[in-house]
Amino acid sequence: MADIAAPAEARSERRAGAPAGALPFGLAPGVRWGLGLVLPLALALGWEAAVRAGLAEGRLMPPPSRIAATLYGLAQTGELWTHAWATLWRVAVGFGLGALSGIALGALSGTSEAARRLLDPTLQALRAIPSIAWVPLFILWFGIFEASKVALIAVGTFFPVYLGVAGAILSVDRKLVEVGRVFRLSRLDLARRILLPAVLPELLIALRSGLGLGFMFVVAAEFMGASEGLGYLLVDGQQLGKPDQILAAIIAFALMGKAADSLLVAATKPLVRWQDVARERL
Amino acid sequence: MLELERLSKIYADGTHALADVTLEVRESEIVSVVGGSGCGKTTLLRLIAGLDRPSGGAILLDGERLSEPHPAVGIVFQEPRLLPWLTVADNVGFGLDDRSAAERRDRVGHALTRVGLIEHAGRWPRELSGGQQQRVAIARAFVTEPKVLLLDEPFSALDAFTRASLHEHLLALWEENRPTVLLVTHDVQEAVTLADRAIVMQPKPGRIFDEQALRLSRPRDKLSPAFEAATRRVLSTLDDSLKSIPAHQERGREAAALWW
Repeated sequence: MADIAAPAEARSERRAGAPAGALPFGLAPGVRWGLGLVLPLALALGWEAAVRAGLAEGRLMPPPSRIAATLYGLAQTGELWTHAWATLWRVAVGFGLGALSGIALGALSGTSEAARRLLDPTLQALRAIPSIAWVPLFILWFGIFEASKVALIAVGTFFPVYLGVAGAILSVDRKLVEVGRVFRLSRLDLARRILLPAVLPELLIALRSGLGLGFMFVVAAEFMGASEGLGYLLVDGQQLGKPDQILAAIIAFALMGKAADSLLVAATKPLVRWQDVARERL
Repeated sequence: MLELERLSKIYADGTHALADVTLEVRESEIVSVVGGSGCGKTTLLRLIAGLDRPSGGAILLDGERLSEPHPAVGIVFQEPRLLPWLTVADNVGFGLDDRSAAERRDRVGHALTRVGLIEHAGRWPRELSGGQQQRVAIARAFVTEPKVLLLDEPFSALDAFTRASLHEHLLALWEENRPTVLLVTHDVQEAVTLADRAIVMQPKPGRIFDEQALRLSRPRDKLSPAFEAATRRVLSTLDDSLKSIPAHQERGREAAALWW
């Protein structure tokens, strides 16, 4: 009880004693959230006002209202959804393949020394190749349609997941593994009851960075020739000189990436709620 | 019941951790192993628990030779080593996976009541204090009803008050099935409080120096003259064990180490 009461006291003291805004702890929750919005909103409104007042042309950098109108127009015609869906499908399939193979091979080289000695040097060598460098080869192998794009995303996703899983398994606390040995768990049970839960937090971080890279590589993949997808909207906007369309696609990318990441975090949160970390600070 | 025959352990780096340890522990006896750090106390328990393999000698439990973790041998480590992703109750029931759900629930509930943590059954280990976590670890070891229980300085990280109350919890649990207990400690008073016999060990290489019987009635009064006399006896044996290490031999070894 005492240690629950103490921080609360300390907090109220700090709030009373320190001038508002001197410490991050001193801010009310609403202000804390709102503070991050001040700068982008000020810039957006300032630019809007400048263009309206005729101080700036806004041709190459359209004001927010025109970007919003373009986005709305794309949504109205249904174009936006076609493109967003195409991109999302590619990321989902590529990420799924990359993450699954990353988990499988990572688990293998994390648990078996023979497998690690066999696999790891080759995979590390392949990792040193910038993923985009595969593009020409993938196009020759898989053609210019979906397969080559998905393959590129899968490769981009594979490495962070592989590294994360293998590293997490290697760093599992020997002391907890010994608890499993004392209770005579079989190899399978040891993996299921000790290793898997112990690596779960790091696995989720690996999946998140893999997903982030997946979104990066889908743009690269769609640059190399696509007839739909948000990346296509970007290229199309460049070729037709429509900066508002480029910015609309960028915003759609940002929203989709954030939504996918939040979904991943929310879906896996129940699995790691035992963690002794300051999760709310992240 | 538990017999150690000329047990020795040399680690891969050449450290001679144990040499020719021969010991017999009777059923339901509580034996404490005392000695300074580096005299192989923890190694001894790890060998009996089956976590390490002896370099020589044998460990016999009721005549059966032990070479790997055995269901009748439980251990409480120096740290609680609770699994952070399991609730307190699931941690206690970790070794009961082969029992029915109802039996598991009963046993876990009983053990948690015994260590006074039944109201914390649904909590995460991180929400408990160090002493409470160690109580959960003790309950986890007792709940499978081992015949031999190994305790590796389980109270060394705790303050004196918590330690005293844990001694009581431990004895209360021990009374139920009266397992054989091997308690490693560097606290002589703890040894006299809990044990029927104190084994004094000596370092480099770790070996048994002498033993002292502690025939005091339970519950033990720490202020009684008999308790103090027993404590003094163990302490003086410990002193003798340190004196008997030949000084010139030590110097010779250190010189050799420097030479290399």
